[in-house]
Amino acid sequence: MTRGPSALHRLPAGAKLAALAAGSLGLILVDSLPGVLAALGLVAAGYAAARISPRLAWEQVRPVALLVAILFGAQIWMIGLEPAAVVALRVVVLVALAGLVTLTTRAGDLLATIERAAHPLRGVGVDPARMALVLSLAIRGIPVLADVSRRVQDAQRARGRRDVRAYAVPVVVGALRRADAVSEALAARGRAD
Amino acid sequence: MTESVTSTAPASTAPAPTRPAAVAAQVGTFAALIAVFGVAGTIPVPGLLVPVTLQTLAVMLAGALLGPRRGAAAVLTLLALAAVGLPVLSGGRGGLGVFVSPSAGYLLGWVVAAFVVGLLVDRSVGRRGRLAFWPVLVACLVGGIGALYAVAIPILALVTGMDLAAAALANIVYLPGDALKAVLAASVTVGVARAYPAVLTHRGF
Repeated sequence: MTRGPSALHRLPAGAKLAALAAGSLGLILVDSLPGVLAALGLVAAGYAAARISPRLAWEQVRPVALLVAILFGAQIWMIGLEPAAVVALRVVVLVALAGLVTLTTRAGDLLATIERAAHPLRGVGVDPARMALVLSLAIRGIPVLADVSRRVQDAQRARGRRDVRAYAVPVVVGALRRADAVSEALAARGRAD
Repeated sequence: MTESVTSTAPASTAPAPTRPAAVAAQVGTFAALIAVFGVAGTIPVPGLLVPVTLQTLAVMLAGALLGPRRGAAAVLTLLALAAVGLPVLSGGRGGLGVFVSPSAGYLLGWVVAAFVVGLLVDRSVGRRGRLAFWPVLVACLVGGIGALYAVAIPILALVTGMDLAAAALANIVYLPGDALKAVLAASVTVGVARAYPAVLTHRGF
């Protein structure tokens, strides 16, 4: 239904999330080096099919690169070279696969999928409509609170203070004030009551 | 920052704390607050597996100031934003990868941590709405460290193939930082309650 640069982009978000979940569970069962390398090749083929540049692909795994290196180094001594490589590569494959889903799916589609997935939770008191409201309030709150945070930091810097408490208290009070203001605005428009 | 009350609604002076709109506003705003704290206070320590951030401080604050259910809901909301790829986690991280990386347990642990902190702070908030430093500190230590590690360590072990003892040992490097954050969280909670007393009456289960 949505246009995208590749077949992977056009797949429904729900299908991709399900595939990611299945893939991450299935990967636990793969414990040989050829198996993990095959999985890595499969994910790399996915990146190629989605026409993602190697640089952008690297950006996906870069946050765990250092960690994987440390893990690999430490595990060589404990479990041997090949098992250590399997464990380390498994983390790389998982993170790369998740990155592939993130890169080929729009945030709005994922949010809609989460909301749809929450429908069966109605029985335990989860209201999907209210969940959507909370998510959009959170997204809209970030720039507002980032602005409050910046102003408090500037004021601190002007006074030469670098104290976590002196930063956090005014920012949290700012957040509470905003929550009250938003709540009144919602009530005035008859939303969510 | 003081809002001028111009609303014509009868309850315009103070929104009732249990109204769904008030709850949605609190939960959404605190999810945003946790995101902002992650950007404001990243302290990268070379060689550590997870960056030391103020984000866990904000998680403890969510539980302490909003209560167990709303605090945990604020964390879940933040995680949903991270899952759809928004860079709301410290260091601008986001995307589904964070949920399959070795530090995924800390993210899930936050939900439990906020809930436990909120539950324990609930017991120390009197009907008069007073809050003392020490009970909040205990709540932050038990919830923000005890409950967090109880979730994070087994998942770290599972993802990396380490045994539980090794994972617990790898985790010890965070203990000083987390203990400091618990002290800060308690101090900030008491400071916020003093500066904005309505937070205690607006607090919900």
